[in-house]
Amino acid sequence: MAAPTGEREVAESCVEWVSMETVEAYCRRLHPTKPELAGRRIEAIGYQVGLQLAERYTKERPRFTDHLEAIKFICKDFWVEIFKKQVDNLKTNHRGVFVLQDNQFRWLTHISLDSPLYNGDRVTLETSLSNNAVMAARAAGQYLYFPCGLIRGALTNLGVPCDVSAEVANLPACSFIIRIKA
Amino acid sequence: ASAPNVEKVNAELFTLTYGAIVRQLLTDFEDVDEVNKQLDTMGYHIGIRLIDDFLSKSNVTRCTEFKETAEVIAKVGFKMFLGVTATVANWDADGTECSLILDDNPLVDYVELPETCQGLYYCNVLCGVIRGALEMVSMRTEVKWVRDVLHGDDTFEMRLKLLKQVPEEYPYKDDE
Repeated sequence: MAAPTGEREVAESCVEWVSMETVEAYCRRLHPTKPELAGRRIEAIGYQVGLQLAERYTKERPRFTDHLEAIKFICKDFWVEIFKKQVDNLKTNHRGVFVLQDNQFRWLTHISLDSPLYNGDRVTLETSLSNNAVMAARAAGQYLYFPCGLIRGALTNLGVPCDVSAEVANLPACSFIIRIKA
Repeated sequence: ASAPNVEKVNAELFTLTYGAIVRQLLTDFEDVDEVNKQLDTMGYHIGIRLIDDFLSKSNVTRCTEFKETAEVIAKVGFKMFLGVTATVANWDADGTECSLILDDNPLVDYVELPETCQGLYYCNVLCGVIRGALEMVSMRTEVKWVRDVLHGDDTFEMRLKLLKQVPEEYPYKDDE
């Protein structure tokens, strides 16, 4: 079917529903005992989307002349299009590793975790809080396969072959680590 | 009901994301029937969670009549999430079966089915969503596509059949 002219809009939650359900489908139903395989599948979905979006977003602009320029484009224009804000901090070791930090990553802002381990006892509360932090990071990690793929796909389209991983320290803040392939 | 106040985004990201999911499922299963089933299941799980969000944002009063429910899905539900409206048509005599007709469908922008995927119901997720959502308001339904633009039909038509209306279970507090 032909693409419509003009800007078509859907509820923002649509993206959230399908991406969350993709995690449910791959991590819990299809490959419950193979988290890495599930992660690769979800990452591959993100990669496809990233490739196509970068193609569309850069149609009108000249090719990027270096890697840094492409990464800055991801931190600003690309991030604003998808997450409605820019990346908060960009760091590099000048040897092909870039860290993009988002203090309020939009796709993690709606994740809430209940506290199933807390039984009202003060001592248990402390251990349960640290356990919950671990659980939160693990659960959030599953939601980051998709954006990691998205970033890798976009950068690949912009001529920057790389690996992308993510770290969550304090929800909903997270960092994406880009390692450029030599 | 008035137009609900929900955050909107450009449809592109959603459309491409859904397309990439379908493509990945096709790669993983290599069998369109299985992919149809997976999409329906994914939709079902979305539907059972999405209904609360829908009821709280849409200001519609809880429907008890199936006819009224179909109208709400067509006019409020589709509008709120996908930005399009559907038409309710083709009621059967006893009012338990109808069609939702969708002339405009953002899921299929940029989509063409290759020869090998002719049996694919690309939008099957929508059937699952409706089935899941209705189950949470006590209506057990069967939902399937009967016309599909990607199969060469002139429009999208989804058949909605009420199998059983389970009475609300008590204790149930309506004001919570």
